[in-house]
Amino acid sequence: MSTGAALKDRLHYKETFNCVQCGYCLPVCPTYETMKSEVHSPRGRINLVKMLAEDKIKAEDLREPIEKCLGCRACETACPTSVQYGKILEGAKEVLEFAEQKSRAQKISESLIFDQMFSSKRWMNTIGNLSWFYQKSGLQKMAQRTGITQLAPLHMGTFESVLPDLPSPAERKNRARLYKAIGSRKITVGFITGCVMDAIFYETNRNTIDLLTKAGADILIPESQTCCGALHAHAGKIADAKALAKRNIEAFEKEEADYIVNNAGGCGATLLEYGELFKGNIEWESRAQAFSNKVRDISQVLAELDGLNFTKEVNGTITLQPSCHMINVQKVKDEPISLLKQVKSKGYREMKDKERCCGSAGIYNIVNYEDSMEILDSKMKNAKDTNASIIVTSNPGCLLQMKLGIQREGLEKSVRAIHFVDLLIEAGAVSK
Amino acid sequence: MELLMKEIRSMIPSDQIFTSLADRYSYSYDASFGSYLPEVVIQVKNKEEISSLLKLANSFNIPVYPRGQGTSLSGGPLPVKGGMVLDMSQWNGDLKIYPDDLVAVVSPGVLTADINQEAEKFGLMYPPDPSSAHVSTIGGNLAENSGGPRGLKYGVTKDYVIGLEVVTPEGEIIKTGGKTIKNVTGYDLTKLIVGSEGTLGIITEATLKLVPKPPASKTMMAVFDDLVQSGQAISKILTSGILPAKMEIMDQSSIIAVENYQPLGLPIDAEAILLIELDGHPLAIEEEMKTIEEIFTDFESVKVKIAENQDEAQSYWRARKLVSPAIVKIKPTKVSEDATVPRSKIPDMFQKLKEIREKYDIHLVVFGHAGDGNLHPNIICDKRDTEEMIRVEKAVEEIFKAAVELGGTLSGEHGIGTLKAPFMEMELGAAGLDMMKRIKQIWDPNNILNPGKIFPEEGQKLVLRE
Repeated sequence: MSTGAALKDRLHYKETFNCVQCGYCLPVCPTYETMKSEVHSPRGRINLVKMLAEDKIKAEDLREPIEKCLGCRACETACPTSVQYGKILEGAKEVLEFAEQKSRAQKISESLIFDQMFSSKRWMNTIGNLSWFYQKSGLQKMAQRTGITQLAPLHMGTFESVLPDLPSPAERKNRARLYKAIGSRKITVGFITGCVMDAIFYETNRNTIDLLTKAGADILIPESQTCCGALHAHAGKIADAKALAKRNIEAFEKEEADYIVNNAGGCGATLLEYGELFKGNIEWESRAQAFSNKVRDISQVLAELDGLNFTKEVNGTITLQPSCHMINVQKVKDEPISLLKQVKSKGYREMKDKERCCGSAGIYNIVNYEDSMEILDSKMKNAKDTNASIIVTSNPGCLLQMKLGIQREGLEKSVRAIHFVDLLIEAGAVSK
Repeated sequence: MELLMKEIRSMIPSDQIFTSLADRYSYSYDASFGSYLPEVVIQVKNKEEISSLLKLANSFNIPVYPRGQGTSLSGGPLPVKGGMVLDMSQWNGDLKIYPDDLVAVVSPGVLTADINQEAEKFGLMYPPDPSSAHVSTIGGNLAENSGGPRGLKYGVTKDYVIGLEVVTPEGEIIKTGGKTIKNVTGYDLTKLIVGSEGTLGIITEATLKLVPKPPASKTMMAVFDDLVQSGQAISKILTSGILPAKMEIMDQSSIIAVENYQPLGLPIDAEAILLIELDGHPLAIEEEMKTIEEIFTDFESVKVKIAENQDEAQSYWRARKLVSPAIVKIKPTKVSEDATVPRSKIPDMFQKLKEIREKYDIHLVVFGHAGDGNLHPNIICDKRDTEEMIRVEKAVEEIFKAAVELGGTLSGEHGIGTLKAPFMEMELGAAGLDMMKRIKQIWDPNNILNPGKIFPEEGQKLVLRE
């Protein structure tokens, strides 16, 4: 483990001084609410990072507080002095990752997940394909009936039961790399398909293409793009995150796109921060910043193009559970709501504390299952209070978590969760 | 220590006791200066727990530090002598409004803003509104006697407390006051406890007075080219028979800082902006606003804007809200003072502050509650810069002197805590301070509760360096 000045640097020690310890982050922090102690608050974590940098505590003292953080970054939105908490968090994770004495089995499984799966389009497609096979072959039903999946480690069974239907491998291979706007072209966008989105929510990606072309956009889908690196960065694997970012930057530099569009709030936030990721890197900073400047959420582009009419009535009342990173990092707030209000439905109802994290948070709900479920339960209480029958989300992780929440509350018959893009398609989106 | 821990564990559920280094460091600070490591942190949830812990602390001679959510700007909850921190913030479950009595009864960990929000459901209001009301606990507000912008018209925390339940430093549970507005039975211990900064007892329940919520409000922004004229305008409004709910001022440095931080179109060449909010019956405030407008016509250097609707009003207040985040963009450390002067002395205080800024070459920004003389001179600095911090310490000392010389006080709403303790004798005199000490000694003979606050130690000086 590095010491002294190098450690201070990696922990972003200087940044910790921007925290004036006013505590304004406490009421917005989901883990402070459910875990009820200062070590699980942003102010507490920042202070502990500072204490580690000053050698007053050991790395292991910091581990639990950092690992239990969702990384939702609601604290940044509440912070009156604009502390860059995300930066401090990722620095701490990187240091902990380095200090960690991991078991051989854990190392192998992490290497499989991070080094091979998330960074390989082929792997992610394979997961998509395997999941498809699993669903269609009847294995899923059998497993659910016999409860085998309940025994799987990391509660995979719980999550597995809320996966969507998947397209066949043939459909997956047939996707083009260019889609033309329907009617006159207003804009050209690059589409970052995302690894999880493309593997498990392929249908949503297809719908995204559909909406964008109908709204008047040409779409470019560079094949050499890869995972955005969000999960790597959030796990402290900064070097890996940077390697992935470089591949994406190169892939999109070759295209003449006005915007780089994504439909997953978490990815969008990471893409938006590529510039920050390469800060101080002479070769990459400006290229990364140029990439980030073009990043937009699908809702922003649709709102700007204003090219859609919605022709079919959606049966139910709608509420929105926006992804934390869309709100707190991308600062996209109004666009999804204004589009949802254009949809013919029984109305839009705002959820109390909708900005609050649902507890999904990347792979948090797998790694910290119990803590995540406590956060989900408090989210579901607010969701129920709206009496909405459709919970719309803007990120794959949140969508699975919402589906799980509906299941936990026994509301499967009356409430469903759906991705924002899929709802707009269901609402009969057509070109204006 | 081992024996003490064994005793603690026999009386408190284990999930409420924190002893890890990470936990202890996490309760070592507040929003002011310094970090002091306690030996144990206990989340207390009822008066019996507190009573038995205080009795224990007396027999072991261990200091006890009650703490809300640690938003104090004066060091109130800092465990300066180690010992036990009692985290009261999780005792937040009881908040009951009695609309027919116009009172609220609350447990100490309830958030201040939640009280007002609950009261509003009954058409009532809990007026004290410190800017941290959405974070701070009522227990902390009571201990520090917190104020806020509405203090001008409605007063501060102490004006709304009619009854308390308190655990004394020796662990006895007592009640003071009651549920009635009028109560002259014996000494007013309620008022003694409020603002005693946790040195005389731990508040376990408070009965708070509520008032009818005004049906409407109206906001005005007045921009002055001349700071002295803004001071004169404040006096003129306050003597015109109108009492605004809020009257806030931003000086030129604050205006520039906000504009640099987030351009709102504020005039950066102006010397002061006054924000005035009236509340009451819609017709009444309409008339009052006209009167204020007329008053302003007497001044040459002013431009006045009245908000047409709530959105516009909010955009005016946004400027004031942005001062704090804007100024720390300049340098990371903020020394936030709350020296207060008689209202007529506001222009003199501004003059003094200007001199202090120049004398010590510091970045001094002034904003705050102009209507009640409670200015917030904020010094923006970097606590890692020792040379600068020495100048800041001297400047702070001179700000206190200036306020006291003008007939004012060290603290309008933040409390004395650790930071202002060295200046107590300057304001109160030796005999005045000694009377306070004697009260403390009688209430807390073993000096268990929050030692190291309010009263200066021998030779104690203001230190803002870490």
